[in-house]
Amino acid sequence: MTTHSVTDRASDRAPHAPRVGGRAARPGPLPGPRTRPRSGTMAGAVARREERLGWAMIAPAALLLVLFIVVPALLAFGLAFTNARLISPYPPEFVGLDNFVRLAEDATFWRSLANVAYFAVVVVPLQSALALGMALLVNVRVRGVNFFRTVYFLPVVTSMVVVSLLWLFMYRQEGLLNEVIRAVTFGLVEGPDWLNDPATAMPAVILMSVWQAAGFHMIIWLSGLQTIPGDLYEAAALDGVSTWQRFRHITWPGLRATRNLILVTITIQALSLFTQIDVMTQGGPLDSTTTIVHQAVQTGFRQQETSYASAISLVFFVLVLIVSSAQRYLTREKS
Amino acid sequence: MTVLKPQGVLRPGTGPVAWLARIALAAVFAFPLLFMVVSSLKPDQQIFGDLGSPAAFLPVGHLSLDNYAAVFDRVPAARFLLNSVGVSAVTVALGVVVNSMAAFALSRMRVRGKGIILTLVIATLIVPFETLALPLVWWVNQLPWLTANGFSLELTTGWLDTYQVQVLPFVANAFSIYLFHQYFDSIPKELDEAARMDGAGWFTIYRRVVMPLSGPAVATVAILTFLPAWNSYLWPLMVVQSEELRPVMLGVQYFFQLNVSWGEVMAYTSLITLPVVALFIAFQRAFVNSIAASGVKG
Repeated sequence: MTTHSVTDRASDRAPHAPRVGGRAARPGPLPGPRTRPRSGTMAGAVARREERLGWAMIAPAALLLVLFIVVPALLAFGLAFTNARLISPYPPEFVGLDNFVRLAEDATFWRSLANVAYFAVVVVPLQSALALGMALLVNVRVRGVNFFRTVYFLPVVTSMVVVSLLWLFMYRQEGLLNEVIRAVTFGLVEGPDWLNDPATAMPAVILMSVWQAAGFHMIIWLSGLQTIPGDLYEAAALDGVSTWQRFRHITWPGLRATRNLILVTITIQALSLFTQIDVMTQGGPLDSTTTIVHQAVQTGFRQQETSYASAISLVFFVLVLIVSSAQRYLTREKS
Repeated sequence: MTVLKPQGVLRPGTGPVAWLARIALAAVFAFPLLFMVVSSLKPDQQIFGDLGSPAAFLPVGHLSLDNYAAVFDRVPAARFLLNSVGVSAVTVALGVVVNSMAAFALSRMRVRGKGIILTLVIATLIVPFETLALPLVWWVNQLPWLTANGFSLELTTGWLDTYQVQVLPFVANAFSIYLFHQYFDSIPKELDEAARMDGAGWFTIYRRVVMPLSGPAVATVAILTFLPAWNSYLWPLMVVQSEELRPVMLGVQYFFQLNVSWGEVMAYTSLITLPVVALFIAFQRAFVNSIAASGVKG
């Protein structure tokens, strides 16, 4: 028994060892009487049983991941080059680049790309800055700060469907928002018909989306802020550094990793815009709020053209890859 | 006269400006939700009448639960709630078991190629669900399923309009596996060895030693699985047609058919939000930790 556990420990550690020194530094032969138990011995039987059980424990997760992530990802590639329909008695046929040619000529699709770009360009800086501000405001040891954290976080636990309905109501011409605008400007400013005007529909969706998700990123900024050592701030305080300098030279550099993460997650979240649109505007007015995912659902589900929707999904996926690798490149560690 | 020496330690975020900002933000985040709950208790006429005054945010005037009663008349709300509770609970339970088992084997046991498996699992994280949703609808429509038909089992094709299509695609989750793996790595391996000395097998170590010590990881994974399951909209919209299988979020479609009663809409949205808010208030620390944990994703 004792010999087994010695070998177990050695080989348990082995897979982690190469990561430390990089690929070049392979670990030397492992200590112990026998590094790899041969079959036929008792140790070999134990190891084989362990391997089998290990695979059995991995299998359910692996099977489900293959079935519901790997296969659909491959299908997005495959189906985009066919004429597959959601429900059809005929098997899909290969049609080459037809779907992509159609996509290139589809004005609504280009419109959806432009809308998503608009949404992302405004939401990414706005939401990350607001969330950082909120994180700084609640990262203070004062009484009642926990209350504010809780309140800021409430919209995050509220579903996007609920938030969309609530704001749909508030955005009406005679709705709450316009009444508030009228009240604070003493009746001087008449609010627009937010969601029915192509000029204000997207800004309205943006405002609401930022309201819903800012609390989420506040928490991520907060966990980043808490990794910055407190003695840096103490030293700065002794030097009489101003609040801005403190932020500029301690907080901001200390948040590098968090910043990259937040940029990538908000961007991908912005590109995936769907629920708000489906509940509030259905892409209108005049396609001013239609998005990539909304287009994919319209064609792939409502018009049952799986192949065309797969082509849209593929373009979307490539876009996600480009954005995340571009951001990784731009914000890479400079050594 | 300027003060030359800093007076004690400078403490940003404690001044009146910061307090003002904190309170203004709290109003911005809380008032719409307050408006929702308060309006759910008022008749439509009063909701519109109150819009122009602070009464919009106050539970004043003619308050009743009439809107809630009307919601249950208009929508099979009880059924939808039951469906959502069931689907979320099963997804969370299966998710915790399946992902922790895989993570345990990858973290603790001798399995050849586990480094590669873990890398592949983590690679699946870059794909947002929305990019897979449409091909996945087509795919689940081709999948077989065994259905009990009286005493015999029958092989059917197509998962559209079932419970399993709402659960199974969301059980295995690369991020949950990653979180469990991280957590299991922090539990001393000496505990396993002690258990093995006592003759325990690997599965017993998983079930009796490691899992009981992994409460925080279980809570994090449970919350990160529960929230999207309860809130899911895009997926059930496409794969569920029958009324008796619908989750709560699809119920909103019932309110815009004939005459819209905003009081009823607000009652329904309050009804499907308050359980989650109650859970959040009760398990606040765990919620916040789970969101913070998702910060390591990059």
